[in-house]
Amino acid sequence: MKALRNFLDKLKPTFSEGGKLSALHSVYEGFEAFLFVSNQTSKSGVHIHDSIDSKRVMFWVILALVPALLFGMYNTGYQHYLAIGLLEQTSFWQAFGWGALAVLPYLVVSYLVGLGIEFIAAQIKKEEIQEGFLVTGILIPLILPIGIPLWMVAVATAFSVIFAKEVFGGTGYNIFNVALITRAFLFFAYPTKMSGDSVWISLNEYFGFGKTVPAVDGFSGATPMGQAAIATGDSLQLTSPLGDPLSWWDMFLGLIPGSIGETSTLAILLGGAFLIATGVASWKIILSVFAGGAATIFVFNTFAVNAYMAVPVWEQLCLGGFAFGAVFMATDPVTSSRTETGKWIYGFLIGVLAMILRVLNPAYPEGMMLAILFMNIFAKLIDYYVVQHNINKRLKRATLSSNPAKTTPHE
Amino acid sequence: MVPVQTIKKGLDIKLKGKAALETTTVGCVERWSMTPADYHGLIPKVVVKEGDAVKAGSPLMVDKQRPDIQFVSAVSGTVTAVVRGDKRALLNIVVKPDLRTDYLSFPKENPLDLSPETVKARLCEAGLWPYIKQRPYDVIANPETTPRAIFVSGFDTAPLAPEYAYILKGQGADLQTGFNALTKLTPGLVFLSLPDPCDAAELKGVQGVEFCTFKGPHPAGLVGVQINHIAPLNKGELVWTIDLLDVLFIGRLFNQGRVDLTRQVAVTGPEVVKPAYVRCLPGTPISTLVDGNVHKEIPLRYINGNPLSGSRVSADGFLGAYATQLTVLHEGTDTHEMLGWVMPRFNLFSTSRTYFTWLTKWLVPGKVFEPDTRVLGGERTLIMSGEYDRVFPMDILPEHLVRACVTNDLERMEQLGLYEVAPEDFALCEFVCTSKIEVQRVIREALDLLKKENGD
Repeated sequence: MKALRNFLDKLKPTFSEGGKLSALHSVYEGFEAFLFVSNQTSKSGVHIHDSIDSKRVMFWVILALVPALLFGMYNTGYQHYLAIGLLEQTSFWQAFGWGALAVLPYLVVSYLVGLGIEFIAAQIKKEEIQEGFLVTGILIPLILPIGIPLWMVAVATAFSVIFAKEVFGGTGYNIFNVALITRAFLFFAYPTKMSGDSVWISLNEYFGFGKTVPAVDGFSGATPMGQAAIATGDSLQLTSPLGDPLSWWDMFLGLIPGSIGETSTLAILLGGAFLIATGVASWKIILSVFAGGAATIFVFNTFAVNAYMAVPVWEQLCLGGFAFGAVFMATDPVTSSRTETGKWIYGFLIGVLAMILRVLNPAYPEGMMLAILFMNIFAKLIDYYVVQHNINKRLKRATLSSNPAKTTPHE
Repeated sequence: MVPVQTIKKGLDIKLKGKAALETTTVGCVERWSMTPADYHGLIPKVVVKEGDAVKAGSPLMVDKQRPDIQFVSAVSGTVTAVVRGDKRALLNIVVKPDLRTDYLSFPKENPLDLSPETVKARLCEAGLWPYIKQRPYDVIANPETTPRAIFVSGFDTAPLAPEYAYILKGQGADLQTGFNALTKLTPGLVFLSLPDPCDAAELKGVQGVEFCTFKGPHPAGLVGVQINHIAPLNKGELVWTIDLLDVLFIGRLFNQGRVDLTRQVAVTGPEVVKPAYVRCLPGTPISTLVDGNVHKEIPLRYINGNPLSGSRVSADGFLGAYATQLTVLHEGTDTHEMLGWVMPRFNLFSTSRTYFTWLTKWLVPGKVFEPDTRVLGGERTLIMSGEYDRVFPMDILPEHLVRACVTNDLERMEQLGLYEVAPEDFALCEFVCTSKIEVQRVIREALDLLKKENGD
């Protein structure tokens, strides 16, 4: 540890103003702050500080994403071997390994592009590198289909980091969830790679790359959501890629096609429980998103005119990106409501909107992304009214207290 | 019995080094100093020069804008230096004390028999006026105004705060006279808040005040929180506040006819060898107060006041005018913690459940922490929401008020209740802030700005 410290101290002049590599000083400082807690002491105000800092908060979100990420890797491999008919001969580790190697490039690309831009921005603004992208960088691959080309991910990531975050002022100033903007960009710019039947399961030979291998007979790569959106008639039977009927347990566990990290409600809820227990994410938002979704489905069930509207609550909530959005996207503190009352309203409306878009609008198989982005806009408006309520209360008090009974002596 | 108001939001930070209930007395000191920086916003005008002989109670400087407000020497002796810094800003007035204190004498009278004007004039003349502060703005009160009410907090809940019940022992008469003087200053009530339970007979026995009782974690003892719960301050209103221990000075002035600023200061903190009370004067050199009683081998930080809202003072500085507590912490500049942000850090305090402080409350009930003064993170924009709310027990939206202050939005500051608060009310918000924002500085600057804009 001491040697490392000395090494950093020795490097410091090189990266400082006037040093040979001063153009990279934000990079140096970023790594230094990563390795060693800054020994900077308080200058004004409190002399002691809580040990929590933004690095730890971000890292804890990443920890919460680990179950969904690992499961996503396994499921990617699982779906691949299922599609090519080799699942029987494949071990757990083989499937996981295949999936891990297929997912890894997406993580690398997202981090390289995003962090690269953040480092440059920090250097230009002469600021410390902020940690915001550490979470965004892992969120991005998790909400994408495995079949999307890497260059598209790079373009979309660059777009969203620059235009959804840096132009607004960087971490903490963005209006929209950066990861969702990446997804929205891809969704509208390259729709064929973001929806349909062929993007959710990789049929490529080598970890998502190389030439396509033939799928087994009767294979269909449609996600359960995709099937539901185009279903006609009175009954809806969701099936696996091989045509076997799906049970609720399959959907909850997540061995279904879908975006990399979004399929397993179980893994997502594990992460959610961790976030709530550590107080990193607002339980109010998570709970109210689910409540809003459930309430809407209940209304649909009551007035169901087609099979999709009649899908019961427990199945609907496990489908698509709903759970992932509720736990990891809606709770982004920067883009969500910042008042306690506002959080209830914000979350509830996300749930409602997501279900309306999903079930009633056949153009979009999944409504969660648009629902959250839409409510990102309205979060500040909700806050405005909550804050205004506090202001009005104070104004009212001031007019009433022309009667100073409370502070004058009792007669 | 007065109903108890329970404060739920807040935070008690248990630190090592609470003062034992024993008092030593600092004898004659070599140097005594008045430090104008102790008085926020003051533009001082020195009225003595080097070589002048002063008594305890003689003015050394006055407020340039309101020359009635005098600042007096706590010792008798000879002015040895008027120290000035950049742009001739007054830094210190240093007095070499006599061996025996010679007090300037004032009439011994019962303030209840005096007119409010006489009481005010007497307090100004005796240099005790600066102890009375006003809200809005949290500055020294203007003697020409009349407050709606006066609020005094009868207890201190800050980390390592002095025990008022111990300090007040035997000072009941001075306390009563002090409150008698205060009741003359307002046509409204003088509120005295008590802790629940209250074991200070001197406090409970005070006559002529309105009692209220508060229970709960820090900041239940902050007068700002109490005002907000008793009768919140509205725009255009004015209330005054004074520290309970400063009421004793007023009592002594009228009972004994002299300015006796002696107080029992709690010398506290993890780096103090034997934390205890010291009977001394404000303006005593820090080095005298901690002589041989601190861990000298590490860099130390001395704080006039508590670790949350006190102000930093150098080792060769002096005890602050308002300080009832001196805290000594490890500065921490010599600590290089590898990957600290991801470690369990069992020995550091945090309200976040990503650490285990919440567990130690159950597993090691008596655990005390020994923090240093490192910020433990880089300053960021506000990211987490609802953090301030949990430690801010006032009917104010702290985060939104802070935002209004950062953006200099005067109208919104007013609307969101800046008139009701003082920087110290936000100390816990600053402590828990993940983004390490200097909230107290933000509030202080906003209060100054609003005061200037309003021409008050």
